[in-house]
Amino acid sequence: MQFMLLFSRQGKLRLQKWYVPLSDKEKKKITRELVQTVLARKPKMCSFLEWRDLKIVYKRYASLYFCCAIEDQDNELITLEIIHRYVELLDKYFGSVCELDIIFNFEKAYFILDEFLLGGEVQETSKKNVLKAIEQADLLQESQNEEWGGLSEDIL
Amino acid sequence: KSKEAEIKRINKELANIRSKFKGDKALDGYSKKKYVCKLLFIFLLGHDIDFGHMEAVNLLSSNRYTEKQIGYLFISVLVNSNSELIRLINNAIKNDLASRNPTFMGLALHCIASVGSREMAEAFAGEIPKVLVAGDTMDSVKQSAALCLLRLYRTSPDLVPMGDWTSRVVHLLNDQHLGVVTAATSLITTLAQKNPEEFKTSVSLAVSRLSRIVTSASTDLQDYTYYFVPAPWLSVKLLRLLQCYPPPEDPAVRGRLTECLETILNKAQEPPKSKKVQHSNAKNAVLFEAISLIIHHDSEPNLLVRACNQLGQFLQHRETNLRYLALESMCTLASSEFSHEAVKTHIETVINALKTERDVSVRQRAVDLLYAMCDRSNAPQIVAEMLSYLETADYSIREEIVLKVAILAEKYAVDYTWYVDTILNLIRIAGDYVSEEVWYRVIQIVINRDDVQGYAAKTVFEALQAPACHENLVKVGGYILGEFGNLIAGDPRSSPLIQFHLLHSKFHLCSVPTRALLLSTYIKFVNLFPEVKPTIQDVLRSDSQLRNADVELQQRAVEYLRLSTVASTDILATVLEEMPPFPERESSILAKLKKKKGPGTVTDLEDTKRDRSVDVNGGPEPAPASTSAVSTPSPSADLLGLGAAPTAPAGPPPSSGGSGLLVDVFSDSASVVAPLAPGSEDNFARFVCKNNGVLFENQLLQIGLKSEFRQNLGRMFIFYGNKTSTQFLNFTPTLICSDDLQPNLNLQTKPVDPTVEGGAQVQQVVNIECVSDFAEAPVLNIQFRYGGTFQNVSVQLPITLNKFFQPTEMASQDFFQRWKQLSNPQQEVQNIFKAKHPMDTEVTKAKIIGFGSALLEEVDPNPANFVGAGIIHTKTTQIGCLLRLEPNLQAQMYRLTLRTSKEAVSQRLCELLSAQF
Repeated sequence: MQFMLLFSRQGKLRLQKWYVPLSDKEKKKITRELVQTVLARKPKMCSFLEWRDLKIVYKRYASLYFCCAIEDQDNELITLEIIHRYVELLDKYFGSVCELDIIFNFEKAYFILDEFLLGGEVQETSKKNVLKAIEQADLLQESQNEEWGGLSEDIL
Repeated sequence: KSKEAEIKRINKELANIRSKFKGDKALDGYSKKKYVCKLLFIFLLGHDIDFGHMEAVNLLSSNRYTEKQIGYLFISVLVNSNSELIRLINNAIKNDLASRNPTFMGLALHCIASVGSREMAEAFAGEIPKVLVAGDTMDSVKQSAALCLLRLYRTSPDLVPMGDWTSRVVHLLNDQHLGVVTAATSLITTLAQKNPEEFKTSVSLAVSRLSRIVTSASTDLQDYTYYFVPAPWLSVKLLRLLQCYPPPEDPAVRGRLTECLETILNKAQEPPKSKKVQHSNAKNAVLFEAISLIIHHDSEPNLLVRACNQLGQFLQHRETNLRYLALESMCTLASSEFSHEAVKTHIETVINALKTERDVSVRQRAVDLLYAMCDRSNAPQIVAEMLSYLETADYSIREEIVLKVAILAEKYAVDYTWYVDTILNLIRIAGDYVSEEVWYRVIQIVINRDDVQGYAAKTVFEALQAPACHENLVKVGGYILGEFGNLIAGDPRSSPLIQFHLLHSKFHLCSVPTRALLLSTYIKFVNLFPEVKPTIQDVLRSDSQLRNADVELQQRAVEYLRLSTVASTDILATVLEEMPPFPERESSILAKLKKKKGPGTVTDLEDTKRDRSVDVNGGPEPAPASTSAVSTPSPSADLLGLGAAPTAPAGPPPSSGGSGLLVDVFSDSASVVAPLAPGSEDNFARFVCKNNGVLFENQLLQIGLKSEFRQNLGRMFIFYGNKTSTQFLNFTPTLICSDDLQPNLNLQTKPVDPTVEGGAQVQQVVNIECVSDFAEAPVLNIQFRYGGTFQNVSVQLPITLNKFFQPTEMASQDFFQRWKQLSNPQQEVQNIFKAKHPMDTEVTKAKIIGFGSALLEEVDPNPANFVGAGIIHTKTTQIGCLLRLEPNLQAQMYRLTLRTSKEAVSQRLCELLSAQF
């Protein structure tokens, strides 16, 4: 996998993970183009499309689009299930995840993704094992009030 | 809130954070983490962040997990190439890797895998393999290490050393922890692609692992079972790994793999264990990967046909995703000889998909599949369907469909009138999407096939009657009528004058390049139809032509007008002769499609379907670059591109480059010629003193030479040997003379059969005429298709000036008299050089004789020296040559002196002969 993007129906990017080295400018360009392309597609359309020399696999969950770019020989259906498994992981961790969870706890969304996918490849498919790793990390956290997030509420 | 308010708020916050970071008070870890995290948040909202890296790096060395974690996240998301920072980051990572704390190690490895820069590869590519195979490494760390190494290998393969660890990595396929196996399989697959030998043992391990998974009950694998499908991700990865290799040689392994694949195909027929889409997706993901492997092996007809039937079911599935994938996968099945026929049975379904699918990306797949399944039997149907689809097709895919139709029409044309009709239809329906390559090609084909020329002229004439026709049609029409308008001129309805008026009625609506082309058509008409000459001269003479603001048009008008006035009928007829046939070459349309689709996709289809029509070009001219240009050295011949025609790939692309030189008006850039093959210099030198031997050899091809020369003429037999057991297709040797060489050396040859059977040898005769002395050597370029690949080889052809030597015997006295006569400093060239070979008198004598001059004994007072004499014969003149070679055994040096009446000749001969000793 070359990258994964999460964005809202309004086209707001919520999470980006790049597995190939690209400049910020390229990343922005790709994001803009892809968000447009995917949002323009109708609901019943196929989840796969060719884009440049990559294959895009995307799926919408509630207000969020999950969008992966894979290479020519990669398997589309299993990528679709990568997305689903990631959603399941988020769901389990946050307990019925919603877009706001990902906005305000973006770091958790990243940590879970890193346990599941690394370097663009599936690292661990067992839901239990991934969540166990995250929970262990959470235990290491000092018990302290999570106050740093004040900014985000103000903005939105 | 409004966008502006957000930006204002963020700038305020950024200013605040900046002041905190710059403040006198040292921040504690918690605050640092807080602000770094805020920065990240702001970045993820889509704003640029250009500070905070240093604070994030500080967090890396914190002992508090959350602080470290946020530091790593910041570094991973906001990669920075500042070298000082990278040093600090690498240091922190190094510490964490050595910490033996699996959580910290995990963070460090995740960071390396996310950034994956070259600097990180330099720092850690040696370390990570050790972590990966160490006995006491935790499973989760092993998983991260494997994928981390994979990422580094992808960015900097040269920095990842292969070694002992590779065999231990392969054995991770046997690991008890399926997560470890999953991660390791990705790594092994990527490594095996580049180093297949080193990872060969992974095949049997992968097969047995796969076998255990597919035969396991759905609950056996516990949390690795996904919606009743056992370990789908791992299965897919194992099947991918096996696609790095040919079918296993060991019959037991092979049998076991076949069983696995059959089991997967059988499971597809079982009723689903769940109605959830995740179940069917996971199951079908494995199925499609298995089918990819079956196609990759392309060796089990039974499995291939089963795969095809399975995909056939999916073609009508209610899930759009499955229909899409089935169309895509069937495309590759179509190229296998075992399943091509089976794929063809689905033609109606695919055509239906083209008409009814609502999603353009699915329709695009249907077009691809129709293209892939096309052969002689169904080409008329498929081409007709594509043409009718083109009328309503999405703009985004029109050009590609046009290319595909053009290729299929050409490739499967039994009847070239059908071909011409199809291309004209293409222009009519989708003229804007018909690229240059397409209309060049139709002209090439019409020119090369005289049976279709009359029909083509008649058809374009009729098509041009339409009140509004596409400019591309005007181009094709103009070109074809200019060449073959005479074939329909007998019919009073298409008399010369009517043809001319028809074309000229379009003239003012066309762009400059098309007008330029039409002017060429007009001058060709002057030759074809003397009766319209005055009319055409009037047109050329009009101010709108002669004083046209466009320099290209103006120049053409002026020159054509002049040409039509001063040249005699004979000269006109020569200059404006019909274009000679184009050389057979790979269709430029195909090249264009390949470029569009990226390499691989199209090539495969082309090569596996061997029934390509190679005779499209009728009797192709061999493209002897020099022949026609030299035989008619009239400058005006070049004017119309006749001289350049045999190498011009296409019709008249009016290159309106500012130069306005008409010479290149008709010539496009020639097809790409490979650089000279390595070692060809050495081989070339060996032929200076001999005429027969092997000129070139690689794993596929051997080129042998046999040649004879007399006076200024010569004949060379070139033998092309196919060393493989597979045919070479489109085998096209081309002789290339540079512009400098062309006027001096005349080469003529006949084309060879474009197909060279495996193990066969074909012969080509080149007739050589030395017109004047020359210094360069011609290049022999050979292009052909072998298996899946296009081969392109260039070697220098050893036709050297000394081949036209006639030895002259003379007495000592005569020699010195002539030697003195050639005492002008420009006539003498001398070279002192070190011996490259043992200094053996007999060998030296043989070489001088082989060089072509007479070896004169007892001329030089010093018996150790060698003296030679001869005459170089060229068509225009004869040049006497004297040479003297003085060996110095002690110094292992030679001094070679050449005296001839022409400086260039002395120079060249001295160069050639010096290289021999």
